[in-house]
This record gives sequence, C-alpha cells and structure tokens, in this order.
Amino acid sequence: MIHFKRLNDLLSRKYWAPVSAVKEHKGEAMNTLYNFVSGPLAWVAFIIFFVGCLYRLIRILVLVHKKEKYIYTYMSWKYSFRSILHWVIPFATVNWRKHPVLTIVTFAFHICLIITPIFLLSHIILWDESWSVSWWSLPDSLVQAMTLIVIGSCIFFLIRRLISPEVQYVTFASDYIILAIVAAPFVTGFMSYYQWFGYQVFTILHILSGEIMLIAIPFTRLSHMLFSPLTRAYMGSEFGGVRHARDW
Amino acid sequence: MAEPAKKVEEKKIIDEGLEMGTEKLTQDRIENVINRVLKGESGARLKAYVDTCIHCGLCSEACHYYLSQDNDPRWSPVGKVKQTLWEMIKKKGKVSPDFIKRAAEIASTECNLCKRCAMYCPFGIDIAYMMLVVRRINHLLGVTPLYIQDTAHSHAATFNQMWVKDDEWIDTLQWQEEEAQGEIPTLRIPLEKEGADIMYSVIGPEPKFQAQLIYQAAVIMDVAGVNWTMPATPGWDNSDMAMFTGDNEIMGRLKRAHFETAARLRVKKIVMGECGHAFRSVYDVGNRWLGWRMPPIPVVHAIEFYYNLLKEGRIKIAKKFEEAVTLNDPCNVSRGGGLHDKARYVVNAICESLVEMHPNREYNYCCCAGGGVINCGPPYKMKRVEGNRIKAEQLFAAKARGAKVLIAPCHNCHSGLEDINHHYGLGMEIKFIGDILYEAMEKPA
Amino acid sequence: MLSAENWDWETPEKLIAFADWNENFAWIEEPHVSCDGEKIAAIVNIAEGEFSVCINGETWENAFEKIWYPRFAPDGRLTALVSEMGEWTVAVDGIAWENKFGYVWNTLFSEDGNHIAVAVQQDMAYCMAVNDTPWQQSYSNMTNPLLSSDGKRTAATVQVEDFGEGDIQKFQEGVFTAALDGKPWNTKFVNVWKMAISPDGEKLAAEVRVSLYDYTIAVNGRPWDKTFGCVWEPIFHPKSGSVVAPVRTEGAWTLAEDGNLIWDRRFVQLWHQMYSPDGNKLAAIVASKFGKWTIAVDGKPWSVTFKDLITDAAFSPDGRRIAAVAKDDQKWKVVVDGAVWENTFDMAWKPVFSPDSKNVAAKVEKNGKYTIVVNDRLWGHECETIWDPIFNSEGDKVLLRSIEDGKYYRRVITVNDL
Ligand code: HEM
Ligand code: HEM
Ligand code: SF4
Ligand code: SF4
Repeated sequence: MIHFKRLNDLLSRKYWAPVSAVKEHKGEAMNTLYNFVSGPLAWVAFIIFFVGCLYRLIRILVLVHKKEKYIYTYMSWKYSFRSILHWVIPFATVNWRKHPVLTIVTFAFHICLIITPIFLLSHIILWDESWSVSWWSLPDSLVQAMTLIVIGSCIFFLIRRLISPEVQYVTFASDYIILAIVAAPFVTGFMSYYQWFGYQVFTILHILSGEIMLIAIPFTRLSHMLFSPLTRAYMGSEFGGVRHARDW
Repeated sequence: MAEPAKKVEEKKIIDEGLEMGTEKLTQDRIENVINRVLKGESGARLKAYVDTCIHCGLCSEACHYYLSQDNDPRWSPVGKVKQTLWEMIKKKGKVSPDFIKRAAEIASTECNLCKRCAMYCPFGIDIAYMMLVVRRINHLLGVTPLYIQDTAHSHAATFNQMWVKDDEWIDTLQWQEEEAQGEIPTLRIPLEKEGADIMYSVIGPEPKFQAQLIYQAAVIMDVAGVNWTMPATPGWDNSDMAMFTGDNEIMGRLKRAHFETAARLRVKKIVMGECGHAFRSVYDVGNRWLGWRMPPIPVVHAIEFYYNLLKEGRIKIAKKFEEAVTLNDPCNVSRGGGLHDKARYVVNAICESLVEMHPNREYNYCCCAGGGVINCGPPYKMKRVEGNRIKAEQLFAAKARGAKVLIAPCHNCHSGLEDINHHYGLGMEIKFIGDILYEAMEKPA
Repeated sequence: MLSAENWDWETPEKLIAFADWNENFAWIEEPHVSCDGEKIAAIVNIAEGEFSVCINGETWENAFEKIWYPRFAPDGRLTALVSEMGEWTVAVDGIAWENKFGYVWNTLFSEDGNHIAVAVQQDMAYCMAVNDTPWQQSYSNMTNPLLSSDGKRTAATVQVEDFGEGDIQKFQEGVFTAALDGKPWNTKFVNVWKMAISPDGEKLAAEVRVSLYDYTIAVNGRPWDKTFGCVWEPIFHPKSGSVVAPVRTEGAWTLAEDGNLIWDRRFVQLWHQMYSPDGNKLAAIVASKFGKWTIAVDGKPWSVTFKDLITDAAFSPDGRRIAAVAKDDQKWKVVVDGAVWENTFDMAWKPVFSPDSKNVAAKVEKNGKYTIVVNDRLWGHECETIWDPIFNSEGDKVLLRSIEDGKYYRRVITVNDL
C-alpha cells in the first residue's frame, strides 16, 4: 500500500526529525508546551469546534421553531439545492460573473482552506498517531502551493478591504482579526515546514493558531460556514416556491 | 471608520413626521422598543443574517441607489444595515433620537425593499427584510415620514389608501359603468355579485385619480365575457402602505378585509389591477401575518390575467400597437412573482416590437418608487429621482435601440418612471399594459 | 321573518319563467329570490337611463334612472337602492322612501325584516337612516354601519373632528368614535372598527385603537383596562351580556372576556368567535399552526385542519354541533363537527342546520353548475343558479329555489327523498 509506505517515509523525513528533536533536546518548557498544545488543547479545540457548531446549528433551528415556524413551511429541498448549487459553482451566478477575480480567488481560497488541512500528510500522521486512522494525502508540493493560495487569497481579501470603498465602509476591526485568524495557521504552517526562525516555535504557534481558528468558526462570522447553507436554502426556497424567480 | 470615497452635496430634507416623532422620543423608549423588536418580534432569520454577513460588500452593485450615487458605499445594501441595525444591535438599543431619525430616513427613503440585493449576496441575505425590521422599530417609535404615515392612517380609517369614503367608491364605479356604456351600451360593472368567478380589486388611487383604468378593465372584462364582480364595501382596495411603514397590525387588518370580501362574494379568484406592491401585500406578505401560507383565495395579477385571456383567445387583437416598446419588469411581480415571461407574451401579443432593456426580468433595476418610497412624498422626490440615475441610463440605452414607449405594469413604477422620464429628459411615453391592450383589442362595433 | 311555518310546504313544485323576461328589456341583471321562494326579481333595463325591477314577470310601476343592490328583506319585501334626479333613496316594493339623499348604500335588515336601515350621505355629511328616518346627527365620515338583530338600534363608526390632509398629529390624538342611534360616545379613539350591540340593546362594544400601537375593546365608550397588540371584533354573550373578543398578546391570538384572557391555548390566528344559541359554548375559527386552519370549541381545536381557509361557521340550533365551509387547494369542503364530507366542490356556501339540528344542507357548485347537498348527499339536479336551502320547522323537508333551463323552480322535497 502506497499509503502506508508514504507514512513510513514521512516518519523518517528530515523536517519531522527536528520536531522530535524538540522533544528530546530542547528545554523542558518547550516540550511541555508542545505536548500541551498538541495534546489536551487540541482535544479542547476540536471539541469546542464540533460541539460549538452543533450548538449554533441547533440553537438557530430551535429559534426558528420557537418564533418563526412558518419558515419550515416554505422550505423546499428542490429549490434549496437549486440555489446552493448555483452558488457553489464558480461563475454560475450573475454576481460571480460580475466579479471574476474575486470569484476565482474566493473559490480557490475556500477549496484550499478546507482541503489542505484535511489531506495534509503531517495532519494525517497526527491522526494516525493518536487514533490510528489515516487516509489519502496530498503531495507536499501541492499542499505548499495550496497553502500559498490561501495566504495569497487572504492578502487579496485584506487589500480589497483596504482599498475597495464598499468593503472598507462595512469593515470593522473584527474583520481584520477574522482574516488574521484564518491566515495564521497557513502562514505558521508554511513557516514551520521551511523551518524558518526556529521551527519549533512556529510549530507550536501553528498548532495554536489552528486551534484558535477552529474555536473561532462557530462563534464569529466564520460561522457563515454553518449558516450560509441555511440562509441560501431559505432564500432559494422562497424564490423558487413563492416568487417563481431565480436567485442567482 | 472609513468615510465614503466621494462626498455628495446634500440638502437637508425636513420631514415633519420624522421631526415630530423624534421630538417625542426618550432614551428609555428607544431602548425598550428596539429590544422588544430585536428580541421579541424577530428571531432566527435576523440573527442568522447578522451573524452570517461576512461584510464582503458583494451586494453593493445590486442596488440602484448605490450605482446611481457613484458607488457611494453609504447607499449599498449592507451599508444601510451598518448605519441602522448593526449599530442598534451593537449598542443594545442605546442609540440617540437623531440616530433613530436617520435610521428612518435610510430604511424608508433609501431602500425600496426591492430584494434585488438578495439575488446578489452569496448567502441570500435579505436586506429588504432587515430594512423592514428597522421600519417596524421606527413605527413603534412613531418616527415615520409624514406622507406615508398619513396614507397608513387612511388605510386604518377607510381601508383604502386615499381616504376614499364608502359611498365615493361605489359612486365612482357606477360613474365608470355609465361612461363605458357610452362605448358598449350593455356593459356592466357588476357590484356585489355573489358567486362570480372573479373579484376585481384595485388600489385606492384608481377611483381617486385614474378612474379610466377601471373603465378599461371593465371593457376588457366585458369583451372577454368574464363573470366578474367588484365589492361595494371596504376590502376593495388591495394596496397596503401599512406593510411599508412597519404597521403589521394594520396591514393584517387590510388583508383580512380583502380576503374576507372575496370569500363573502364566493369568487374563485381575485384579479388585481397593474400594481406591484399590492400584489406583494396580498400574495406574499399580508397573508403570512394572518397565518395563511399562501393567499386563501388565489390572487391573479393583471399580467397573468391578460396572459390567460390572450392565450385562451378570449380577447383578440385587432391592431397591434405600432411604436416600439420597452418593458420595465416591476420587482414585486417579476422578482416577487415570476410573471416576467407572461408579461413578454402579453406585450408581444399586443405590440409590434419589444425592445428589451438590460438588465431585465428578475434582474431588472427597481424603479426607485416602490417599497413605499414614493409614498414618502414630495420631500424625497429628488432623492428618489437622483437615486435612480442608473434607471435613466438603462432607459436611454433602450431608447437608443428604438424604444419609444415604456410599459410599466405597476402603479409605483409608473409614477416613479414618470418622474425619471421628466427629470432626465428621456422623452418616453409611459403606459400600462391595460392602456395598450384596451386600444389594441377587438371590441364590439 | 315570514314565519317558515306559514309557507307553502305542500306544493312540490312551482315554476316561474325567467329567461324570457329578456325579450322585454335591454338586459336583466342577477336574479334574487325571496326567502319563501315565491318571488324572483331582478333589475331590468327598460331603456337608456331607465331601470326598474321585475318581480315574477311584473315590473314595478316606478322606473328609476338607476337601481342597484336589490335585496329581499326577510319578510319578503323587496328593497333596492334607487336614484332619481341625481338623488338616492331606498325603494321598498317599488315605493321610494320620502327622504332622498346624496347617496345610500349598505342595506341592512333586522331579523324579522321589519326594520330596514341604510348608510346615508347627504351634502358630504354621513349618517344612517332606518325605515325612512335619518339620524339626527350627521358626521364628516361614517363607516361600519350596523343594525341590531331586533332592528331597534343602529350603530356605526363616526368621525367627530375634522382634520386636514396630512395632519397625522390630530389623527393620532383620536378623531373617531362610535355612535349608537346617531349619538356619539364621548371618548375619542385613533380608530374604531367593527361593533356589536348587546342583545338587550343597551350596550355597544367596538374594537378600538387607543394609540397607533395599542388595541382594545371599548364598551359604551369605556375601553377595557388592558390593551393588546391587536384585537378583532367583539361579540356579546347572548345571556350575560359580557363581551368576548380575540386579542393578540406576545405575537399569538387568544380570546379575552371583558379584558381577561379566557382560553389557555394560543393560536396563530383566531377570529369569528361565536356562542352557541344558549351561550354555553364558545367556538372560533383558528389557525392552530401556521397555514393550518380549523375550529376551536371552548379552546380546543378540532384535529382536522385545512390549508387555505375555514369560513361560515355556525352552531346548530341546539348548540351541540358546528358546521363550516373549508378550503384546501382549489377544493371547497363542508365540515361538520370536525368531520369532512366526502364530496368536494368548486364552491360551497354557508351550511344550514335543520331546526332539530339533525340535518345539514348547503348550496354548492360543481363544474359550473349548482346544486344542494344534504348530509353529504348531492341533489341530482344541475342548476344554472340555486339559492341556500331552507328547512321546514320539522326539519324533514327542504325548500329549494333554483333556475334550470331559464326557468325558476320552487321545490319542496323531503330530506329522505334526497
Ligand atoms: C489542532 C490543530 C492542529 C495541529 C495539531 C496541527 C499540526 C500540524 C503539524 C504538526 C504540521 C506540520 C508542521 C511542520 O511541518 O512543521 C502542520 C502543518 C500545517 N497545518 Fe496544521 N495543525 C492544526 C490545525 C491546522 C488547521 C486548522 C489548519 C488550517 C485550516 C492547518 C493547516 C496546516 C498547514 C497549511 C500546514 C503546513 C503545510 C505545508 O506547507 O506543508 N493546521 N500542522
Ligand atoms: C463551507 C462553507 C463556506 C462557504 C459556502 C463560504 C462562503 C463564503 C463566501 C460566499 C464568502 C464571500 C466572498 C468573499 O469575500 O470571498 C466568504 C468569505 C470568506 N470566508 Fe467563507 N465560506 C465557507 C467556509 C469558510 C470557512 C470554513 C472559513 C474559515 C474558517 C471561511 C473564511 C472566509 C473568509 C476569511 C472570507 C473572506 C472575508 C473577507 O472578505 O475578508 N469560509 N465565504
Ligand atoms: S433598494 Fe433594493 S437593492 Fe437596494 S438595498 Fe433596498 S432592497 Fe436592496
Ligand atoms: S453580500 Fe451578503 S454577506 Fe456580503 S456584505 Fe452584502 S449582505 Fe453581507
């Protein structure tokens, strides 16, 4: 199995060794810190992420149930998916076509953002170590490219926020913070890969930032990951079932 | 916070309704009402919209105000939310009376609730809904522009938009019946005919100022041999400015009267004149407040009605309208009811040539009169006309390709476009579909 | 009311030609028939600008420039609103009232038909007129005219202060009130809508808006202590005289009696509350959930629900049963005590109970033809027009009034023959 072989290769890879080295030779403090962030804190982060997402979703549905039950009566699977499908395909909507650069960037960004950490070999190894589960991984060079795409996209978003008046006008400090939270794991992950300025620091920083991002998803505007399918489905259902018009 | 790219010279508009209302505000009342609406009346929808919006500004270009104001972000859909709801939420309702006044201006006179932005936001966030929440807050605070408030009062007292008294309504119908009998001696406007197939309903301004529209409708009904009736009681007016002032209770009261009148007359359908907002109020909004998922008695907009008559051959065209026309799809029946293709069928059936304006169908720009904006009256006329330069450009382009006549199958569009026509010197003639259909159809000699 | 006992319940069929009236007139308008079924009448156009009413083939002696709203009073008299020389009045059996007005409309009858009331406009001042006598006071506007069932009292919403166009302040201070027999309450309200007159005629209750946001019920000008987000029209208990109205609190509807909530359950909608004749039961049309309509009796909704509409609910004379018309999609249905009839219709009219409460009948439409259903059994005739069925006092016979092949038939059939 190629799969298995690659894992073994990886364990002996040069960049992995220093991490172990951290454990062996560097100060106890660093070591404990690493163990802490990659152990209990990671647990905490994942639990908060999953439980948080579930909590937010359940809460919003309960709220609908309590106060806006009528919404359920308009929901239609057909029109929900018709709408969602249009919006998750690049250039399938009028507004995507109006903003070709942004469309390319945002799709590249979101795809890389979600795919990279899931199919990253280093991540899979960690899963394998603690849970003995592993899956197919992306080649490193591709991961690096994707990481750069995410970082580049974040820079694009930042610039857009700074120079585009309509975005600038609705920008708050929190928008920059959110952007930083998203960019951080990619930046730090990338740095630790190249072992710039002391990989160990960056590895720890990376893990920390990854955890921060996970925790931030359910509780900030990053929750658009959770709610966007719902808002889209609702609008799609209203447009399809009641208004008999396109919503894309 | 970032300032808009370009400062526009703005005249301060004084609106007595807003001034008067603002004077009476106290901090407590503001806080109380805002929290009551945000926490009590609204729910998951508002929460999801506020939490999901990623502040990307992608909705901006949907809005004709934004496009017409040189992309000034204060006029962008999300920009309007920022200036109103976000601030109210952030401050937990502790905003100043002046803030409320400005919020009323924004929500009532700088947004037509056209929902075009809902088609442009990747998440389908419904800014129009949020502007209605702001209007609701303003209503409960008593800070609503004078003219539209007065109209809401008319609705409450007379169940129509124009202070038309019970007898004046009937009298007008009888007068139009007599007028039309000059053309077709046996024509009738059957009043209170229980068991007719169709109840025809109109908006208040028709009997008040445009009685000839009732005349035309009567001729169309008569020639097509429709079994129809009109009520001689309140409930005849399908319009609803209370829907746009946030006075949901009065909106519900009006819609109840409308549907119960139709039920009393035992009609199978309500056919309504060429009005967009009224369609929205009976088809989509008012019925919901009353607990009806869809209208309890089907509502057929004039466009669809004409479509059926032409398609079934109940009306024949003697001579098509010759001048090239362009068609303005009203938001409330196109984006709100999907009638754009039927409208084209009708227009092609009665006119020699249709020159499309762009964008069109559900993507058409709002006329900038809808959503109660034109009903906020003269103080806001220039704001409204200047807020839709893009419409003038869109029409100039259609004109350059030969369009001479502009069809607007909606009362609000009609009046709004008339102002635009005038202000920008478009020189187009504006007509209802009914105007042309009436001219073009075969009538008994 | 012409007591149904005195009607002809023996002759199985009477026939009056109707369609051939056409030959004598430019046109005839929609026919109306008397309760006892003996008379059929319609407005006829004699010549341009000349109208009359034809009853059983005979035209009123008087012709008018314009006639509309022909309605039979329950006592069998035929009324219509008529105009001559630009003035309007009521004509009863062809004889115009002596008083003439700028306009009259909204004819109302007492239960026995002895009292006839209309809304009146004269020189842009408004009032009501009963039996040819207008109120002493008149107002700059008047809406919601009402006649008590015994015909002794009239009421309406009246505007008691003038205000200029766009004077929203004045409006919000309150310029409307209710008037009983023309005499206004001394409290003013932002709005006054539908009303009810107590069985003894002493009290008038109305739904009122005390500010733009606060709704309540006012009885003889005194609002209830509590206000609500919204209210609908009140009714009186047939015996005790207490007032019950639907009220909206915290976004949901329930019933209140004299200001106190009496039903525990909350509804998405609640209206047309009604007492059984003995006053022991209280029922209302409700939406138990969004888009699900039914009837609640003493606060408990039926289990059957309808998507579109439920309307024309009525208690049986003994107060034990309820019948109503319901609609789902394009189908109209009759529901009795929570059970839906198997037959569905293109249209159904208000169901009628027999006096012994055992039988239910209704006028219905199917495929453009009209007929009667009794206890879910269709009468075999397909008529061009039909009127509501009426039971005899024993409840074993039904009076059917219909037009078939251009002829008007008055038939009496026994319930068992159906
Ligand atoms: C519990 C949280 C996480 C842990 C323990 C973790 C752990 C690691 C480790 C050990 C590496 C290898 C670093 C190295 O090569 O020195 C890595 C790389 C990386 N991780 Fe994470 N990670 C976490 C969360 C995330 C998240 C949430 C993201 C992004 C959404 C992410 C994106 C990346 C990227 C982009 C790389 C570098 C890939 C490359 O350029 O080779 N990580 N991570
Ligand atoms: C899977 C569901 C998701 C969908 C459908 C989605 C959709 C979108 C859309 C439509 C935009 C606006 C367009 C733009 O500005 O690029 C956006 C922006 C953004 N999304 Fe997502 N997203 C998802 C998940 C995520 C996740 C998981 C994250 C990060 C954890 C994320 C982070 C961002 C960021 C940072 C922006 C740009 C904000 C800015 O302009 O500053 N998204 N997303
Ligand atoms: S006017 Fe139309 S496009 Fe502009 S904000 Fe309002 S609803 Fe959106
Ligand atoms: S497009 Fe949608 S998410 Fe973006 S700013 Fe506008 S409302 Fe918010």
